[in-house]
Amino acid sequence: MLKIENLHVRVAGKEILKGLSLEAKAGEVHAIMGPNGAGKSTLGNVLAGRPGYEATQGTVTFDGRNLLEMEPEARAAAGVFLAFQYPVEIPGVNNTYFLRAALNAQRKARGGSELDSMQFLKLVREKVREMGMTPELLNRAVNEGFSGGEKKRNEVFQMALLEPRLAILDETDSGLDIDALKQVAAGVNSLRSPERAFLVITHYQRLLDYIVPDFVHVLADGRIVESGDAQLARELEAHGYAWVRERAPAEARA
Amino acid sequence: MATQPGEVQAALSRRYGAGFVTDIESHSLPPGLDEDTIRALSAIKEEPEWMTEWRLAAYRRWLKMTPPNWAHLKLGPIDFQAISYYSAPKNKPKSLDEVDPKLLETYDKLGVPLHERAKLAGVAVDAVFDSVSVANTAREQLAKVGVIFCSMSEAIREHGELVRQYLGTVVPQGDNFFAALNSAVFSDGSFVFIPKGVRCPMELSTYFRINAGHTGQFERTLIIAEESSVVSYLEGCTAPMRDENQLHAAVVELVALEKANIKYSTVQNWYPGDENGKGGIYNFVTKRGECRGDDSRITWTQVETGSAITWKYPSCVLRGDRSVGEFHSVALTNHFQQADTGTKMIHIGRDTKSKIVSKGISAGRSQNSYRGLVKVEKGALNARNHTRCDSILIGKKCGSHTFPYMEVKNPTAIVEHEATTSKISDDQLFYCRSRGIGEEDAVSMIVDGFCKQVFRELPMEFAVEAKKLLEVSLEGAIG
Repeated sequence: MLKIENLHVRVAGKEILKGLSLEAKAGEVHAIMGPNGAGKSTLGNVLAGRPGYEATQGTVTFDGRNLLEMEPEARAAAGVFLAFQYPVEIPGVNNTYFLRAALNAQRKARGGSELDSMQFLKLVREKVREMGMTPELLNRAVNEGFSGGEKKRNEVFQMALLEPRLAILDETDSGLDIDALKQVAAGVNSLRSPERAFLVITHYQRLLDYIVPDFVHVLADGRIVESGDAQLARELEAHGYAWVRERAPAEARA
Repeated sequence: MATQPGEVQAALSRRYGAGFVTDIESHSLPPGLDEDTIRALSAIKEEPEWMTEWRLAAYRRWLKMTPPNWAHLKLGPIDFQAISYYSAPKNKPKSLDEVDPKLLETYDKLGVPLHERAKLAGVAVDAVFDSVSVANTAREQLAKVGVIFCSMSEAIREHGELVRQYLGTVVPQGDNFFAALNSAVFSDGSFVFIPKGVRCPMELSTYFRINAGHTGQFERTLIIAEESSVVSYLEGCTAPMRDENQLHAAVVELVALEKANIKYSTVQNWYPGDENGKGGIYNFVTKRGECRGDDSRITWTQVETGSAITWKYPSCVLRGDRSVGEFHSVALTNHFQQADTGTKMIHIGRDTKSKIVSKGISAGRSQNSYRGLVKVEKGALNARNHTRCDSILIGKKCGSHTFPYMEVKNPTAIVEHEATTSKISDDQLFYCRSRGIGEEDAVSMIVDGFCKQVFRELPMEFAVEAKKLLEVSLEGAIG
């Protein structure tokens, strides 16, 4: 589904990703771990198409299409979803209204029909029940005055509603206490499906206790330096990133 | 990565949606202005002697005045002799059935289906086409409760004493250059009288439209709300495309007696000029309401997206004790538009309160200024004012300015002012786009959110219209 080959990305004149390759198939959950500054969030942003993230080399294909050439809204319509590390507040814009605009824009872009208010409301109610979302959050402005946990839950709720094919979670665990973390993880787990791939970007292993990945990749200095299964995350937790760094140079050179 | 300059240009040059000219023969006075013109105008309108004299007195004052130049506007001199001061559709219809179908078609294009609106939305529409009212609906229903809602010309003929008692008492003839001009040559407008204790049974609404070329429009509106009466009035404006700049200098006077409540809302969408700043309406308006009685309230709400140049400060004179004045405004400028708009709150009575909420949106190469005066007179014990001015900039070539003035002569006053200026953030834009919402829709959504506080003040059906108007005005505004 997603194929990244030798991706180099520059942000504000500085090269952050330096030849990253990764392949994710439908139904797989890939965890991207790594120390601060390794380029984890850059990966999420470049996949979602954030302006200012310039791919200088390499390719990214999504369902056979060149993802890098697509506008952010076209990527969304194609099924790419980024759960933001810092969800953005949009004062005065009702959360439900925003979601409906987003869903209908995507449906329209895919050549489908738009949902009217009644159809949409029905869908929202369904998802609220499934995801255990606080209905009150839907009546407020997008992320405005939300707590850190509420913002992250809102991201996961958006994901549930938009049903992306590739969901990228950018440090969705950061700033969450353990209860909020469990809630968010439960939400993500309920969305795991054979048709959907996940990239779970995280600094800490603890999220992966709740969202158990199929693959774990360690990102350091703009490249994936180690890949493995869930066991790798636990070893990282035990030894720290320094352990990977010590092992990495030999393999990177190889 | 985002929008290319070329795309922006293409989108910005989208044609003005209401730009068409209805082909109806106009009955006009030749261009030029002197005492004879005024006498002729007054005669055409079959006005009483006192009215003619009133106009002439205003004209003589106007001759001694000079156009104001303090506003933050770039404006060439206006040749007042090149303007025709009267233009009216030739055959005055007595009812909707007699209205020229072409004219009705024009309103339909603008989304003002008269018959439907009157019935479905419970709105009485007094449509002004050029200078003469051509249709007036639901008047009978209003007449039952004693409400008078008619054209100013008719009011002068039929309700002369009322007009004479109140005309010019809020905006005196010599108030300012454009008010003096208007007093001399006003063509038509609306007159509303709500008798004591009556709650007007429907929203009152007028659609103004400028049609004949070279024709300045000088609307005169007078709304009188007697003791304990309530009225909500909305004017909506749009004009067809024209090459020459067209002058519009209206005067609106509101009088609220004891415990009366007047809500005056404006949605203004006049032709703003093309992408090069050519053409467009000059909108120099004097709007003022006086809370004459104790416990009265006047609320101005305006959504301004049109005109090449806007010079407008709907104001409240809070004379009655415990009277309240409010001003809610959204002013959007794009291309080469210039707006210098705001309000004046004059606190005279005791325990008077005023509230100002101004939202300015600038795009393209436009200049958008808020200018507001809060004045607390000596006797105005415990006056309160809260002012909030927010501006949002779209692109790098536009400007936003805030000129707050305060004159406080009573130490018990509390006057607060908050102001913010921001740009639509790249983060907000990307957030929307990453959810599948296109760039333009995202901008209008963000701007709509920014204006929520003001839109809430508009009557329901017009809030929807206002939102649409902003979307249209903002198309292609990113750059």
